[in-house]
Amino acid sequence: MEEEKRRELVEVLVEDARRSIDDIARMLEAEPAEIENEIEALENEGVLRGYTAIVDWEKLDDDRAEAYVEVNVSLDRETSYNDIADRIARFPEVTSLHLVSGNYDFGLIVECDSMNEVSNFVSEKVAPVPEITQTVTHFVMDAYKERGFSMGDGDDDERLSVSP
Amino acid sequence: MTDGGDGNGWAGDIAERVRTVPPSGIRKFFELAEEQEDVISLGVGEPDFSAPWSAREAGIDSLERGRTSYTANRGKRELREEIARDYRRFELDYSPEDEIIVTTGVSEGVDLAFRALFDPGDTVAVVQPAYVSYVPGVTFAGAEPLPVPTHAEDDFKLTYDALADAGAEDADGLIYCYPNNPTGAVMERDELEEIAEFCRENDLTVLADEVYADLTYDGNHASIAALDGMRERTIVFNGFSKAYAMTGTRLGYALGPSEAINAMNRVHQYTMLSAPTTAQYMAIDALRRCRDDVEEMRKAYNRRRNLVLSRLEDIGMDCFEAKGAFYVFPEVPDGASDDEFAEVLLEEEEVAAVPGSVFGEGGEGHLRMSYATGTDELKEAMDRIERFVERNY
Repeated sequence: MEEEKRRELVEVLVEDARRSIDDIARMLEAEPAEIENEIEALENEGVLRGYTAIVDWEKLDDDRAEAYVEVNVSLDRETSYNDIADRIARFPEVTSLHLVSGNYDFGLIVECDSMNEVSNFVSEKVAPVPEITQTVTHFVMDAYKERGFSMGDGDDDERLSVSP
Repeated sequence: MTDGGDGNGWAGDIAERVRTVPPSGIRKFFELAEEQEDVISLGVGEPDFSAPWSAREAGIDSLERGRTSYTANRGKRELREEIARDYRRFELDYSPEDEIIVTTGVSEGVDLAFRALFDPGDTVAVVQPAYVSYVPGVTFAGAEPLPVPTHAEDDFKLTYDALADAGAEDADGLIYCYPNNPTGAVMERDELEEIAEFCRENDLTVLADEVYADLTYDGNHASIAALDGMRERTIVFNGFSKAYAMTGTRLGYALGPSEAINAMNRVHQYTMLSAPTTAQYMAIDALRRCRDDVEEMRKAYNRRRNLVLSRLEDIGMDCFEAKGAFYVFPEVPDGASDDEFAEVLLEEEEVAAVPGSVFGEGGEGHLRMSYATGTDELKEAMDRIERFVERNY
């Protein structure tokens, strides 16, 4: 598959990964088998890492807690950023982990069933890692937008049903 | 509607040139569609996206700063400069000084041209199927519309022969829209050459409505004004409604030699004064910062276009490959009437598509389907049409 179409396939999946192979094939003017093979190739190459759902947890009355955690580390000759990241990323409570520029080194998103659990997790599992020198935890108070999806009710289509 | 003087509250007359123009055929369909509850509409002639946030924010900012006065008649200088810069993409160079006028939608621009460039009794050839306003616009200006039908077998492209067959050699002007509403047809550069030849030979003024220029899916848009000997006889129209999803902000513009633009400005300054100021601030930002948004929308439309064309093929409705705007124009199966097909489809399956005959000669036996609708709705609409065609044809 040519590079441009391959990229567009990824864009289509990012927009909605649940579309049928048949629909995607029609949208990209390709054969269904070609799309299927390409998605498999993208998965094997590690371009596509997984598929998930965007959830408004409030609507599920789920009182889970989420926090951004800033982490500062000090490196030594034997320890790289990758080593520390690998250690932190293994915890299932850590849903995102990025190395960032600026005042701190790692930005984590931590999700647990309650704020208490988040606090305990950070103090008991993250802070004690020897290279970690400081953590700052910001609890999420409300979600407005997740990966491109608005959590509001959206706008009604106010267009006239038939227009010139 | 009454003609006046019959006791319904209006004692005056209604001018003949207004009285004699029938209401748009779209209107009847709109009323039918409004009666249905769960209608999926493929009848909408405007984007389902909102204007890019950056442009909307620029409008808000202009209001916060109290920029609510009139602008220059021709539009803000800054905007005209951006328009001039933008149109160089199409190998056209117009002076912001006196070759560009900003109008309240392309509709106003076209109306200005009809009134400023043609005299009562002049003939304006209207390429059909056409946007519903052209024929009434010509009539309101006191000129005579001459329909120039295009045909499915030519993929609804305008040809030299179509112009000759309609007798357009005696016309004074020609108006068309490519990429076309309602058919989605486009005109490639080499196809425009023969139209240019016809217009040069017969001394026709060309009004080229290019409002869908950015929504071209296979190759680049070509403007007739860029061809030899055409700049001096062409007014180009474009605007922000379609590509920038800004229909409600009502902003368009016209480009042409200063003598013509000055004449149009004379009508504009006495009737409109200036196009809406907030909209002009939005448009400046749109041209400076929203090209990426336009490209994203174009790509989304293209995917939907592919989806719809492919589904129509499976359903067995003949449809040429529409390469522009956001419409496809399939043929009604078994030579049935487009009006009846559309009405029964709406009644039985609650899908609204506009009968092609509404758009003039050449449109009969076809339906205009807009894909300016979310992919899920389009899929559902296609499922319903499939069911409908299987059951009835």
